Amino acid sequence: MWQTYKRRMRRHRLLVGAAQLLILVITLVIWEVAADRYWVNPMLTSRPSDIWQTLLRLGASGSLQRHVATTLWETLAGFVAGMGLGLGVAVALWWWPTLARVLDPYLVVLNALPKIALGPIFYIWLGDRWSVYGMAIAIAIIVTVVMLHSGFGEVEPNQILVMRAFGATRWQILRKVILPGSLPTLMATLKVNIGLTLVGVIVGEFLSARAGLGYLIIYGGQVFQMELVMTSVVILAAISAVLYLAVTWLERLVSRLLHLPVRN
Amino acid sequence: MAQPRIALEQVSLHYLSPQGETQALHDLSLAVEPGEFVSIVGPSGSGKSTILSLIAGILEPTRGRVLLDGQPVTGPSRRVGYMLQRDYLFEWRTVRENGLIGPEIQGIDLTRARQRVDQLLEQTGLSSFAAAYPDQLSGGMRQRAALVRTLAIDPDLLLLDEPFSALDFQTRLTLADEIHRILKQAGKTALLVTHDLSEAIALSDRVVVLSRRPGRVKSVHEIRFDLGRRPTPFEARERPEYSAYFQRIWQELEVQGR
Repeated sequence: MWQTYKRRMRRHRLLVGAAQLLILVITLVIWEVAADRYWVNPMLTSRPSDIWQTLLRLGASGSLQRHVATTLWETLAGFVAGMGLGLGVAVALWWWPTLARVLDPYLVVLNALPKIALGPIFYIWLGDRWSVYGMAIAIAIIVTVVMLHSGFGEVEPNQILVMRAFGATRWQILRKVILPGSLPTLMATLKVNIGLTLVGVIVGEFLSARAGLGYLIIYGGQVFQMELVMTSVVILAAISAVLYLAVTWLERLVSRLLHLPVRN
Repeated sequence: MAQPRIALEQVSLHYLSPQGETQALHDLSLAVEPGEFVSIVGPSGSGKSTILSLIAGILEPTRGRVLLDGQPVTGPSRRVGYMLQRDYLFEWRTVRENGLIGPEIQGIDLTRARQRVDQLLEQTGLSSFAAAYPDQLSGGMRQRAALVRTLAIDPDLLLLDEPFSALDFQTRLTLADEIHRILKQAGKTALLVTHDLSEAIALSDRVVVLSRRPGRVKSVHEIRFDLGRRPTPFEARERPEYSAYFQRIWQELEVQGR
């Protein structure tokens, strides 16, 4: 019984995987053929073989590595800074509940505001290099603060009562209950943030940078080299997938080490 | 006369909320002697749990005094252990680590605390689960782990806020026997708040009946069993005196319910 069930499950998994691969292959083939036969204008759509050539050419000249490294570095630095600052602010809001009440409307507005609108301001204030970080942090920090602060508030009040009955200080409550109790929220925030930070970095690069994939996309668009734009987008897709997987893996690791439920 | 472990002297407590003022306790006086097991019963909303919060130093009385060994209570004391309806264990800590949270907070020497926790785990039959996480335990085992956590700081006084109410009947009887035995052996004082009159009579030396809100002491009943040593809570339920006490206190609760 169970053997049959297991076999059926495996067949199902293989089927799903094959379908996923098939979609990719069919898309690439149609794209290539359509451009080749001039069903569509290859000037506008580029084509997979051109993208592949561009990838090799950029890789050989070393500029691919430079742009990828720039974007990756900006993303990771922005991610760490956004998380760190956001965590700090969230802790401050938990520590001083009155402060949280006072700042609440500002957080709501900042959360709703499309941070991309701040791009030119960052460009003027921070210059072409640092405005990318400004953009990345701005886009991630508010979500971090809001998610973490509400996560802190969801910690079981009676667990805090247990701590207080033992005579725990506020600092001990934070360290021993609030922070470990909010780790699942922190992990969820990491996942959201890695994507948001990447958005911030690309937008920042669109506006001002001289390197990075965002710059490459804008440049390719301006000189009408669609294969350059498409290649950069493909690399970007790969980077976001890798970063997301890395965070998921980190979540698994932390959950196992600290015995937390994995939240999907 | 010996100093009572706990003394509440004409204590009143008012809760303030945006909806207004509620008086939870009115002019309540109560004393518990060292080593005594006292239960508080009363209709819901009579401020039973409020009394425990006052003694635990989590609430301050609006009027009157709360004394612990003759000293006014000004905040949580390390001589007091507080156990709630549910275990509220920390899921990210093992059973042993949960037991160590009190000593960690109070800066007690952890080597000694670990020995004490292991000994308590032994007494409660949890030794083989010391390294397990709370989600691997049954409800009864979790509440035992919470008892270990409460006793780890070696308190003189235990405040028990319906600690059995979330458990099934059989577990409840076993655990009541166990807690009673552990507390009596160690000569601890205990104050139990409960809805369950039969539990109160089976466990206690005295049962205090509270009035409806605002809570006052309506009557106090000494629970005595003839014939030799004090029966365990389980045995007590079989005694003829038990039903007599039950009838008497039940009537009081009934009368004020109307």
